[in-house]
Amino acid sequence: MNMQLSRRRFMIGAGAGLAGTTIGALGFGDVETAYAAAIRPFKLLGTTETRNTCTYCAVACGIIMYSKGNLAKGEKADIIHIEGDVDHPTNRGTLCPKGAALLDFVHAETRLTYPRVRKPSSDKFERVTWDYALDRIARFMKDDRDQNFIAKNADGVTVNRWLSTGFLAASATSNETAWLTFKVARSAGMLVFDNQARV
Amino acid sequence: MSSLGPTFGRGAMTNSWTDIKNTDLVLIMGGNAAEAHPCGFKWVTEAKANRGARLIVVDPRFTRSASVADVYAPIRQGSDIAFINGLINYCIQNDKVQWEYTKAYTNATYLVKDGFGYQDGLFTGYDESKRDYDRSTWDYQIGDDGFIVVDDTLTNPRCVWNLLKEHVSIYTPEFVERVCGTPKEKFLQVAKMIAATSAKDKFMTSMYALGWTQHSKGSQNIRNMAMLQLILGNIGVRGGGMNALRGHSNIQGLTDLGLMSHLIPGYLDIPTDGAPTFDKYMSTHLFKPLLPNQTSYWQNYRKFIVSFQKAMWGAAATKDNDWAYDYLPKLDVDAYDILRAFELMHQGKINVYFCQGFNPLLAFPNRHKLTTALSKLKLLVVMDPLDTETSRFWENHGEYNDVDTANIQTEVIQLPTTCFAEETGSLTNSGRWLQWHWTGGTPPGEAQHDIWIMAQLGQRLKALYEKEGGTFPDPIVNLTWNYKNPGDPTPEELARELNGSVLETVPDPADSTKVLLEKGKQLLNFSQLRDDGTTSCGCWIYSGCFNEAGNNMARRDNSDRDDAGVFPNWAWAWPLNRRILYNAASADVTGKPWDPTRKLLWWNGTVWTGYDVPDIAPNAKPGVVSPFIMTAEGTARLFARTLMREGPFPVHYEPFESPIPNPINPKIRGNPAARVFADDLAQFGDAKEFPYAATSYRLTEHFHYWTKHCKINASLQPEFFVEISEELAKEKSIANAGWVRVWSKRGSVKAKAYVTKRIRPLICDGKTVHIVGIPLHWGFMGEARKGFGPNSLTPFVGDANAETPEFKAFLVNIEAISSGPVA
Repeated sequence: MNMQLSRRRFMIGAGAGLAGTTIGALGFGDVETAYAAAIRPFKLLGTTETRNTCTYCAVACGIIMYSKGNLAKGEKADIIHIEGDVDHPTNRGTLCPKGAALLDFVHAETRLTYPRVRKPSSDKFERVTWDYALDRIARFMKDDRDQNFIAKNADGVTVNRWLSTGFLAASATSNETAWLTFKVARSAGMLVFDNQARV
Repeated sequence: MSSLGPTFGRGAMTNSWTDIKNTDLVLIMGGNAAEAHPCGFKWVTEAKANRGARLIVVDPRFTRSASVADVYAPIRQGSDIAFINGLINYCIQNDKVQWEYTKAYTNATYLVKDGFGYQDGLFTGYDESKRDYDRSTWDYQIGDDGFIVVDDTLTNPRCVWNLLKEHVSIYTPEFVERVCGTPKEKFLQVAKMIAATSAKDKFMTSMYALGWTQHSKGSQNIRNMAMLQLILGNIGVRGGGMNALRGHSNIQGLTDLGLMSHLIPGYLDIPTDGAPTFDKYMSTHLFKPLLPNQTSYWQNYRKFIVSFQKAMWGAAATKDNDWAYDYLPKLDVDAYDILRAFELMHQGKINVYFCQGFNPLLAFPNRHKLTTALSKLKLLVVMDPLDTETSRFWENHGEYNDVDTANIQTEVIQLPTTCFAEETGSLTNSGRWLQWHWTGGTPPGEAQHDIWIMAQLGQRLKALYEKEGGTFPDPIVNLTWNYKNPGDPTPEELARELNGSVLETVPDPADSTKVLLEKGKQLLNFSQLRDDGTTSCGCWIYSGCFNEAGNNMARRDNSDRDDAGVFPNWAWAWPLNRRILYNAASADVTGKPWDPTRKLLWWNGTVWTGYDVPDIAPNAKPGVVSPFIMTAEGTARLFARTLMREGPFPVHYEPFESPIPNPINPKIRGNPAARVFADDLAQFGDAKEFPYAATSYRLTEHFHYWTKHCKINASLQPEFFVEISEELAKEKSIANAGWVRVWSKRGSVKAKAYVTKRIRPLICDGKTVHIVGIPLHWGFMGEARKGFGPNSLTPFVGDANAETPEFKAFLVNIEAISSGPVA
């Protein structure tokens, strides 16, 4: 194989956005300069780093999220890159095939963006406001609890339980969310209350 | 949780991920860490590379964990107890027991009541009509002094050791081969390697996950291995342990915090109808030590529960009203677990159901039943970052979700939540580390934090009660809510509540000029809790996570003295920042470490010292106070007393759907103490109609039903398949990558066939058993191609103790078909 051709093919293969003809026109002597100019700046320059942990399994690998924009300064922050945290004692910077693609979870096309309601028999979701959704849920809860709350059992013992409404809690939420969820569910008397621990 | 608790006292992984590097031998059985927990598995690689540790994998499939193992042993799914009891029998028969450890730190020497017995697969007290036991004989002999009768010589036939020896004697290598399909020579090779860790200075770690839990006797699978680890002296030591590899990032935390039907944070119990008063409740929670000088730390129960009630209801919980005991709902059944919940929903008895970051339409068994059940709700509320199948259970997706939309009357409200990257807070990892994480991104659209959503719902419900009155509003309107912004509490405020604080100044009884506890201060840890209403604490085991020193969960010092693998200043671990549970068992009865090269704790003549926080009172004398401080005995339990529904020793039972009859007693189907609802019993299939043993599993490229929403993962593993052996493919004329139909008594799916050498037929009970592997990552939403999950096929029955569904062993049939599903 012709060495020049090989080198030229390598340069095309390397990408860098240069058409083959341009390289030809410049001559090989200037290739390095052109190549350097075509490399985009390091993408993490000027980003904000935030420490987090992987949302998937319970190894709980440390991650660093890089965002354009800084929440601490009141800006909007768009996460553009996620990688393993080298300081983390468990994963020491590494990630698995799931964790390495975390950015796709953050920006999944199927992320939900506003509250929606599917009415009985309907074949579609309709957008509603948060106030509408939350008030409607609270109304359902109140009416169901008032109707079906069991204050005493058949033996007249005070049992104060509410069985006609149930709650499945998420085992990827924070401990703080879990505690508030516990407070709200249990104070209302719920016993049909579980998390993923069983599955 | 339902197995380690009854055995050791706490239901949690005993060691940490980083500690795995300290081991001599890794046993991966009931899990597949290389694929499901890859970055944790790296510590197995470290141990192999740096210590010369060896790896054994026991699995129906030749997994990626198996591909780097020193020994791989095949096993039929659902026969683990036969295998492990076989290992225990081997160790006893060959005198491979860490005797000093077993005698001092387990209940081997304790005498059991004369009424207790076992025959033909059943213990004393069985009532077939109730599928339950009268467990009154399953306990120790108690002497006149109120303590357990002990036989240190191990000669009394009623001592736990001799009962265990007799119990496991039928599990010979031949029996193991017959039931498990594991060739006898392979079993013996494994047994020999494992038995070698009975040496005082050799340790094995057990790494397991859903491969053990998702059986109708899942808790006993785990308990069985915990027993083996005890007689080998492998608990409480560096490189040892029962390492429960949790599947979700905060499944440990949610369980610690009591988000389960029968729990209160910190593993306290929700009261039952049988305890109408607080006094009655406390009378069953005294935890008096069963041997002299023992810690029995649960003796402090009253402090935990009173401080919890104060955290919930503050000033409304007083001594005079029994700390608002009536505010707690009382249970009339063991639990309203997920299976019971969907059974009730199926009966039309549930009106409103919340799914917070949970996709039960794919995660629970018998999908047809789930769809029918969800269709009977008045309102389904889904809070999730993603558009899940559950929230669209009413939408027709052809064969993938063939429902009659117009006839489904359920209203569905979908609430968009933030994801991990957009929230701040702590998660509890598998090794009990509470690690803080920080918000780094702006949520999409109008997505909101779960905390905000729960606060809004709670506050709106409260407002309705305040405005309209209604049924028993007291616990709702009096709920503690001391947040700066009541509509949006901060994670820090909530974490501080979990840690607990001082409500009223407590003077020092020894010196009236001093105070013991100062009002308004955060508690140092749970040792300061009181039962007089002066302290408040949301979750006693988390006390210490956010004290006056600040947020300990946010600590990021990754130093590790002498490379012990402990990392004591990274984040914070419950309880009291202890990294290895029961760590006083790492030393002998004089306080000297079993292995001087792998010291963890040692007795310096006055106190315990070492690399970890002692899991015992620092001045508790070795040889006097035993290291399992959470049990009333002070020791760990080879005999579980009454704490396991199906018996104090594990027995091999076949799965409810099995290719062979129960080899011990053919009349017993499944786990005799597992709850089965009538409709579901009628939906069990038999081996005549469904001859193939199916199992579900996960792929390394996917996480449950989440990553099919991610482009990269959906590209890596785009399409549903089932995995079968070359032998079965030949027998059924199935081509690799050809279409097949797989069906059970409960449903049918279509998939591409993946014909491999990773699955091989086994000979069990003289019969060839073919295994069908069904991965679980597909549905009808997201980026990946539409597909099915194993839950379209699996039976609606759970473990007798934990109600974890039997996803790992069921029966199917399979046939080649000409083309795939019509969407």
